[in-house]
Amino acid sequence: MEQVDQKKSLSQQLHDKASKISIGYDIEAHDKHYALLFLGPSLLILSVFVFYPMIKTVWMSFFLTNSLGKPTVFVGLQNYIDLFTSSAYLNSMKATFIYVLFVSILTIVLGLLLAQTASSKLKGIGFFRTAFSSTMGVSVSVAAIFWLFIFNPSVGLVNKIAEFLHLPVVNWLTQPGWAMFAIIVSTVWMNLGFTFLILFGALQSVPVTLYEAARIAGVSKRYQFFNITIPMISPTLFFAAIITLIDAFKSFGLIDMMTAGGPNNTTNLLVYRIYQDAFLNGNYALASTESVVLAIIIAVFTLIQFKFLEKKVTY
Amino acid sequence: MEEVMSKKERISRYVVLCLLSVFILTPFVLGLWTSFLPTADISSGSLFSTHISLDNYVNAMKNTAIIRYLLNSLVISVLTTAFQLIFCSMSAYAFVFLKFRGRNFLFGLFLATMMLPFEAEVIPNFATMRQLNLLNTYSVMVVPFLTSAFGTFMLRQNFKQIPAELKEASDVCGLSHWKFYTKVTLPYAKISLLTLASYSFLSSWNQYLWPMLTTFSDKYRPVQDGLRQLQSQETFNDWGMIQASAAIVVIPTLIVLFIGQKSFKSGINEGAVK
Repeated sequence: MEQVDQKKSLSQQLHDKASKISIGYDIEAHDKHYALLFLGPSLLILSVFVFYPMIKTVWMSFFLTNSLGKPTVFVGLQNYIDLFTSSAYLNSMKATFIYVLFVSILTIVLGLLLAQTASSKLKGIGFFRTAFSSTMGVSVSVAAIFWLFIFNPSVGLVNKIAEFLHLPVVNWLTQPGWAMFAIIVSTVWMNLGFTFLILFGALQSVPVTLYEAARIAGVSKRYQFFNITIPMISPTLFFAAIITLIDAFKSFGLIDMMTAGGPNNTTNLLVYRIYQDAFLNGNYALASTESVVLAIIIAVFTLIQFKFLEKKVTY
Repeated sequence: MEEVMSKKERISRYVVLCLLSVFILTPFVLGLWTSFLPTADISSGSLFSTHISLDNYVNAMKNTAIIRYLLNSLVISVLTTAFQLIFCSMSAYAFVFLKFRGRNFLFGLFLATMMLPFEAEVIPNFATMRQLNLLNTYSVMVVPFLTSAFGTFMLRQNFKQIPAELKEASDVCGLSHWKFYTKVTLPYAKISLLTLASYSFLSSWNQYLWPMLTTFSDKYRPVQDGLRQLQSQETFNDWGMIQASAAIVVIPTLIVLFIGQKSFKSGINEGAVK
């Protein structure tokens, strides 16, 4: 693999040199027009809908804004100071981190459990594999409807089971603590299909010879799992974890449909708060500041992912 | 793992598999089952009924815009996917095969956009769309997503694997960039293009926040926000009809998923490794 790459880049270099020598600057001038043609559309779209809005958002976070979202008074870092001294926002931040942590850990652990058990060669395993990947076909609003019904206090399944077991009945979505529990369960369920698929694929690509050698050496199953399986699939495991984590930071749909940030803002996560502050309360400056904070958090995790992928690609 | 399992081990595996399946499948089964029950029975707390029928489906199709929502989503997702395939592959081509000043800088810029969540940019984007008078149209849900930095990056990784000899040979033959792009690059990258297509389609289909902010009528509302609308409108908790609507939405995607699973699985893994 590495050799092929080297060979390719070498011939590429030679080719580059040859074309420079023989045609001189022409090729670059020639390519420039093509570059405009090939890159133009994407560059235009990204400029208008990604670069400009990001700069505008940062810009607006230094101002106060009127009800139309127009900047009025320059206030420097005051919005940031206000934000990080607001207990409401800090609570949102804390809730988001708790949510992200539980969602990521549960998704990866359960996803790995699904992938591992679905790897065994048993009769009818195809059914289980299909079943495990099925939530991948579920969109956010469908998932919300399914779980709204399950957590419904009067007709939902969870309370029915609780009644049957003589446990106290809970108003799942309107009781602080339990509401967070409910959206974590729903999110994990929704994530599992995708996570299962990529982890299952990774498990399939671990060379069988490794397990055979381990078996001949008389190594226990447990030891095999932690010392062969986990290290071998760790790149995919990491990829899945960070994708799940970034997605969890951006959660909006389930919260909007299931709890609307309540009760008492206990499930009012970062993106939902941006939506509320901008589009319900009309405080665009505050919402912009919150957007910048969110962008920084996600940028950090994406950078970690890039660094990691880079390492892998060069390897 | 070809090893022979003992009977006890096999049984314990089946138990774990079944327990996990119950967690995964219960929401589907319950949703599907209640979509056949009269709402009166569901509301009384009973999950069993002697009146199993398709009434909820008939109701949903007659009294809600659920079919319209589905069609809207289909139009939006197909358009988005088609344009992303074209524009992402074009920009990826530029980054691999064209030599021009500022190429590395521009590529860095593309990579940087992958770090910026769209959720953090909705406020200016909403203002832009209002100024362009595009609120409440199909365009508002397609135009911002005509291209993607992620798609460009993914295809670039794949294009880089095209043997340099191929490009040299075509240069010798005097093949233009456009010809090389359409006749060599795109056919070569078929699988990656397919992966990107499924990824773009799914992301577009699952859009929630942006359409919720920018569409106000059933004429353009995509399916996610359509369901949201139904669920919040049904103050009487017409569970049967809501579940039927959810089933109408989820059944086609499940069928597509099961049919396309083989190719999709390998595609995702390819994407994950790159």
